[in-house]
Amino acid sequence: MIDDRTRAGRDATPLVIGIGNDFRQDDGAGLVVARQLRSRARGRLRVIEHGGDGTSLLDAWNGAGLVVLVDAVRSGSAPGTIHYLDVRAAGLLSGPASWTSSHALGVADAVKLAARMHCLPPALLMYGIEGRRFGLGPGLSPEVKAAAEAVVERLLQSVP
Amino acid sequence: MKRRRRTITVETLARVEGEGALRLTVDGNRVTEAQLKIFEPPRFFEAFLRGRHFTEAPDITARICGICPVAYQMSAVTAMEQALDIMVEPQIAALRRLLYCGEWIESHALHVFMLHAPDFLGYESGLAMAADYPHVVERGLQLKKVGNAVLEFLGGRAVHPINVRVGGFFRVPTRAELEPLEEQLKWAREAARETVRWTAAFPFPSFERNYEFVALRGFDGYPFIGDRILSSAGVEMRSSDCGEAIVEEQLPHSTALHARLRDGRACMVGPLARYALNADQLSAVAREEAEAAGLEQVCRNPFQSIVVRSVEMLHACEEALRLIAAYERPDRPAVDASPRAGTGHGCTEAPRGLLYHRYVLDEQGLIVDARIVPPTCQNLATIEEDLRSYAEARLTLSKAQLTWQCEQAIRNYDPCISCATHFLRLEIDRR
Repeated sequence: MIDDRTRAGRDATPLVIGIGNDFRQDDGAGLVVARQLRSRARGRLRVIEHGGDGTSLLDAWNGAGLVVLVDAVRSGSAPGTIHYLDVRAAGLLSGPASWTSSHALGVADAVKLAARMHCLPPALLMYGIEGRRFGLGPGLSPEVKAAAEAVVERLLQSVP
Repeated sequence: MKRRRRTITVETLARVEGEGALRLTVDGNRVTEAQLKIFEPPRFFEAFLRGRHFTEAPDITARICGICPVAYQMSAVTAMEQALDIMVEPQIAALRRLLYCGEWIESHALHVFMLHAPDFLGYESGLAMAADYPHVVERGLQLKKVGNAVLEFLGGRAVHPINVRVGGFFRVPTRAELEPLEEQLKWAREAARETVRWTAAFPFPSFERNYEFVALRGFDGYPFIGDRILSSAGVEMRSSDCGEAIVEEQLPHSTALHARLRDGRACMVGPLARYALNADQLSAVAREEAEAAGLEQVCRNPFQSIVVRSVEMLHACEEALRLIAAYERPDRPAVDASPRAGTGHGCTEAPRGLLYHRYVLDEQGLIVDARIVPPTCQNLATIEEDLRSYAEARLTLSKAQLTWQCEQAIRNYDPCISCATHFLRLEIDRR
């Protein structure tokens, strides 16, 4: 069951995967980016909104040549900070699993799993938007909302 | 010689659904206590169903589990339809069975490949296993994807489907719309057959107990949804008897209720129970593969549940293909249900075993009382008995080995702690 696009070669349109949960405050940042891009990219980008289940992430990027993940992160930086990294170059592909339950196979584990299974996209970039609040409920913090809009602009500028 | 008291603890159990711990107390060469401690907070679903309309129960209870939401929806609609005295059309029942096949495939594939197989092959995780067995892990993920595709197609989305309602569905597919699923399911059938052969060759510890199996009894096929429940001791009951036959108790070490049969015996629900009571109802191909895998008519070694789960996955693929081939679109997607006062009981076979719902409704169709008995609650007493018996025969093992094997003994049950709280760390206390 190899995807037809894999057989036919890689998809030339960059794929942006916005990851998050609308009902956990700033965790929705990736989804907000995906929605804004969808209405503005007009075919220059392929956009997917994703709930973050790691196993289906492998499927979501199957066949794509360039994949950009956008997700809220919590690293201790100031809320609204935009982290940009090349996943392959950043040394994130090895190391033990951080997941203990199937409920928690996150983005980092999906990347490691894909690396072991030789199904990482040829280019995998990531924007991490530092969140402030990850409690119950909808809505982004103002600084996170501004950072999400800045990521949208940067992505639109990066494609012809 | 001074008797040694030891405690073996697993602080957080890995590769189970949810959060729990294990504590074993060992006094000399006896295991005096085995406790599965479930510390996931209680979820109060039964309480917040009170006052809600009967139509809301399938969508609310689906939220109990992201792995087996269909089971919750099916037990809920079955119970509501009994309370409201309505019957669904045969093709609606067939579509529900098809949806349930998708959930078995998706849930079993996840457990067999990512959670349980690493135990037998000596890996700490599915991720570690993927480095040496990339094609096997890929097969597992693809199988899961086919199961999810059935849920997405019939249910509207892969997690917490939104197309199920009391009386039927919101929309039913045309015959032509089902055809793309056929090709995926044909691939899945062969992948499941390979999986039975692959798991059958695993090294299984020699361990058997005389379990009291409890499962639905199927009469026109291996059971998914039904009303007749059998136990291996020969007790036969209807779903309406479950409320009294299964007694739940609160224990200090767990936020999950522990269920036992009324006479105090522990029971086992799930793949081994279904297989023991319904092997004759499997598809011919699944029966053949079970036999070739070396399974007896009744399998009492819980470690072999991975083989039975694979056989069930094969059966689910076959059953799904059969249902699609025989499908005729019903004239209407649902039977209308008018509110009335009444009580309804619903029993269906979740991937992990029998799932019982009971609702009491008032004249407006509002829920006055709800009871939900998930399969993991029914298995907890049996898991603790397994651990006591299994560990006692292996106390000479190193702590690390014993801990690993005890965790494996728990994963035999594919426990869903999230469903049960209303689950693992291992502590062995040696006295």
